[in-house]
Amino acid sequence: MSEVLVIAERTDGGVRKPTLELLTLARRLGEPSAVLFGPADAAVVDQLGEFGARKVYLAQDPAIGEYLVVPKVDVVSAVAQRVQPAAVLLTSSAEGKDVAGRVAVRLGSGIITDAVDVRAGSAGLEADQSVVAGEWLATSRIVRGIPVVTVMPNAVTPEPAPVTAVVEPADVEFGVASRSARIVNRAPKTATGRPELADAAVIVSGGRGVGSADGFTLIEHLADALGAAVGASRAATDEQWYPHEFQVGQTGKTVAPQLYLATGISGAIQHRAGMQGSKTVVAINKDPKAPIFSISDFGVVGDLHVVIPQLIDEISKRTS
Amino acid sequence: MKIVVPVKYVPEPTAAWRFADDLTLDRDGVEGRLSELDEYAMEQAVRVVEGGVDAEIVALTVGPAKATDALRKALAMGAHSGVHVLDDAMHGSDAMSTSLVLAAAIRQTGFDVVVTGMASTDAEMSVVPAMVAERLGAAQVTFASSLSVDASAGTVTIRRDGDTASEQVQAPLPAVVSVTDQTGEPRYPAFKAIMASKKKPVTTWSLADLGISPSEVGSAAAAAVVTSLAPRPPKQAGVVVVDEGDGATQIADFLAERKFI
Ligand SMILES: Cc1cc2nc3c(=O)[nH]c(=O)nc-3n(C[C@H](O)[C@H](O)[C@H](O)COP(=O)(O)OP(=O)(O)OC[C@H]3O[C@@H](n4cnc5c(N)ncnc54)[C@H](O)[C@@H]3O)c2cc1C
Ligand SMILES: Nc1ncnc2c1ncn2[C@@H]1O[C@H](COP(=O)(O)O)[C@@H](O)[C@H]1O
Repeated sequence: MSEVLVIAERTDGGVRKPTLELLTLARRLGEPSAVLFGPADAAVVDQLGEFGARKVYLAQDPAIGEYLVVPKVDVVSAVAQRVQPAAVLLTSSAEGKDVAGRVAVRLGSGIITDAVDVRAGSAGLEADQSVVAGEWLATSRIVRGIPVVTVMPNAVTPEPAPVTAVVEPADVEFGVASRSARIVNRAPKTATGRPELADAAVIVSGGRGVGSADGFTLIEHLADALGAAVGASRAATDEQWYPHEFQVGQTGKTVAPQLYLATGISGAIQHRAGMQGSKTVVAINKDPKAPIFSISDFGVVGDLHVVIPQLIDEISKRTS
Repeated sequence: MKIVVPVKYVPEPTAAWRFADDLTLDRDGVEGRLSELDEYAMEQAVRVVEGGVDAEIVALTVGPAKATDALRKALAMGAHSGVHVLDDAMHGSDAMSTSLVLAAAIRQTGFDVVVTGMASTDAEMSVVPAMVAERLGAAQVTFASSLSVDASAGTVTIRRDGDTASEQVQAPLPAVVSVTDQTGEPRYPAFKAIMASKKKPVTTWSLADLGISPSEVGSAAAAAVVTSLAPRPPKQAGVVVVDEGDGATQIADFLAERKFI
């Protein structure tokens, strides 16, 4: 069986949940191998093995962390050229897309982005995508080269399939062109302690109706009552009521949680583009004509400043 | 210095999009426009020049005849000239072909900085900038939320806001930069600028002008093909209740029924 390369994304002491999802998907296509950047960390390698990676191609050159994108492209392309995998799978993140685009050019491969499902297909790898602001479902097939696919978080539930992962060094020589875009400063953002927005199971989102930065404290309280991540519309992030990295929509995150609770959000097409894939949508909005209600499973026409505090009480009553 | 801004002609986001029998987007039957996200790229290019960098801005589009509308808007925003790659053989091109043609056209115009949007609002792939950088062998600084060009040092510096960190990245020119909608609102061209733009030069190139054979692009050369396309089944309209003091209880009941609490 051919290998399937999964490009791992790390977090503190492990890999991100979307990487585990890629390993789960990869098992449908062949035998998963991971490409891992940074220090060899036994816990990370074990975690990759737990989800089915028999091999971990490890590249540790410090240049990978100092320069944008290209060093990773060099490593992934070299491994792909050597092992001729059945596919290269990456997460649909900014970095995943950057690496995917360049790797596709280097390998002369077809590329599919933002897949929500991937199959081997009888005539080549097939993937489903949600397109046109989530209003259409497309199926595409790769007909040339080693398929390169970026996959949306939450496309599948990660399932363990334990094997012992073997580490194989994958460092390559980097030329001048690979050391061009240098990261001269990095300001870490403080962790929120809440689930990651991109792959959270439950999201509570606030929009212009929240009214102020202070108002988002209320959204956070509701999120915490539900163990949820906090999201925001662009109106709210533009007002700087909440940081941009929490924006949901066309130019923010695309999310597909089990539950999306939209409060004070009208449901503009660019916002819907980022949350249309949510399994269940609940909306609170004072305007009965707000478009968000047309895609909601349950909606309350009301003032969020009144309804949310009551809802938090109600949840704590029922869960205590 | 030369700044090239690739701008895409896309269907109006609020229009009802249609697909042709060959599953490609019908760009003729739908009202179109310059992709809103490419307006941010145009805006940044103009701001670089307004900031004192002596540069010529070339707006570049690859698309059907109507794509000149996108070029005209870019010219009204401040581009000095336009290039339109127009060739029927492009029909059905995937990102691989589009990036091949864009890179060839950019090489032909000459460039120091290429400023693109973060994504096209129709294909929404966000890979063309990286592909173009790879093909040009130029430095790549993508998803910039701010951008500055230092002409004398020959560098471009951007801020890239990720989930866990905000990074400052510097690259030597020539470079390909993609900018997000965090870079600053695009201007509305004034009437005078719109009138003046009508006199600005637009050059049309065919694939032959770029030394690209029709067999390298379009549906025939596509490495990824769409095999089926269907509207998402309309969502069953849910229950909407008016809050009369029990709205919160009703939401809680719904959440409990669906096992979220
Ligand atoms: C190129 C481009 C990209 C974009 N990308 C994104 C994106 O990624 N994400 C995104 O979200 N938007 C995006 N937008 C913006 C989008 O078009 C909308 O402007 C935006 O989503 C509106 O945010 P909103 O729903 O919070 O605000 P509004 O549309 O102003 O709606 C606020 C809602 O709150 C309700 N409300 C007010 N007060 C209360 C109250 N007390 N209680 C309950 N309800 C209340 C109102 O009835 C209203 O429906 C983009 C736009 C463009 C042009
Ligand atoms: N046909 C095209 N003509 C000009 N520019 C394009 C074209 N397609 C993509 N681009 C540029 O590449 C960016 C990203 O596009 P995409 O990868 O399709 O999301 C856009 O914002 C444009 O700047």
